[in-house]
Amino acid sequence: MESDPPLAWPPYRSTALRAPTLPPVPLPPGRTELTGPVFGEGDVRPTDADLTRQHAGDPLGERIVVHGRVVDTDGRPVSHTLVEVWQTNAAGRYRHAVDRHPAPLDPNFTGAGRCLTDAGGRYRFVTIRPGAYPWKNSPNAWRPAHIHFSLFGRAFVQRLVTQMYFPGDPLLPHDAIANAVPQAARDRLVAALDLDASVPEWALAYRFDLVLRATPFAEPR
Amino acid sequence: MTTPSQTVGPFFALGMPCPDGVPDGVWLRGRVLDGAGDPVPDALVESWQADPPAFSRGATDDAGHWAVRVPPPQRYVDLSVFARGLLRRVVTRLYLPGVPDDEVLAGLDPARRATLVATAMPDGYALDIHLQGPHETVFFAV
Repeated sequence: MESDPPLAWPPYRSTALRAPTLPPVPLPPGRTELTGPVFGEGDVRPTDADLTRQHAGDPLGERIVVHGRVVDTDGRPVSHTLVEVWQTNAAGRYRHAVDRHPAPLDPNFTGAGRCLTDAGGRYRFVTIRPGAYPWKNSPNAWRPAHIHFSLFGRAFVQRLVTQMYFPGDPLLPHDAIANAVPQAARDRLVAALDLDASVPEWALAYRFDLVLRATPFAEPR
Repeated sequence: MTTPSQTVGPFFALGMPCPDGVPDGVWLRGRVLDGAGDPVPDALVESWQADPPAFSRGATDDAGHWAVRVPPPQRYVDLSVFARGLLRRVVTRLYLPGVPDDEVLAGLDPARRATLVATAMPDGYALDIHLQGPHETVFFAV
């Protein structure tokens, strides 16, 4: 929890009227918190993990592999857990009715994917490197390129929604959302270029490992 | 060290589809409201219950209304709320009206206890979630 950003973070203006102001009430975990939704192969399609193969043609942009491992704070792999991702296209535009950024949509790119981790907690997506885009938080504020991640873990207490950034992005030090994370933990949100997992003459790979809170039971269900 | 949380942002519907829910289930619904009392039109509410195990989620509409259809809960469901402007999820519970207080409800300031107890509706239960304000919902540290 010490790695999480605070709810109230004035540089990110949208927190002002939305961050709860009263201290949270401690909740001793019971059966509801120590269990969680279980997803299976029926919840994902093979094409869901390849965001470049969801339409008739190839999307524009730089094809990349994004992969990694999901473990808990005890180092145990979190196997067979659902990983959901969503992102902009290469031009920095989301395929979403509310996104008004005047950048082109790509008819061959939706920007959403999902997969289950394998027995070792590993996942792998093929996608397009997303673009940066402006937002109204402050003058000339642009979100650094990022991929949203949603993970369930095995128990309610492990639920995590986060964002993956790219190494060396000059926008990152200026980003009010990334900067809300305590300095010591900020690097956890930045993927690493992974030449070993890259596919020669086809796609560079980025590795993004995720650590969930401890699994609150001894054996996988 | 855990991977830090980040906001879902306003475009989560792209990657976090909402299931239809249980056809013969009950509706849990309400609004998500901000500190000015205005609807939060870009929030996601997830419900989880252990008995019977059931997960659902619903995005708010322009008026801040969310709804999920779930198997009838025993006493309560856990709710996670995500939104633009929330750097991490906030967790609360929806308790059914008329069930005896458990230790969690009984331990709350009586004035705040009411923020967790739903109202019975013809087809389910309703509960508004106030992120801030005089009726700020009780949120839990889990």
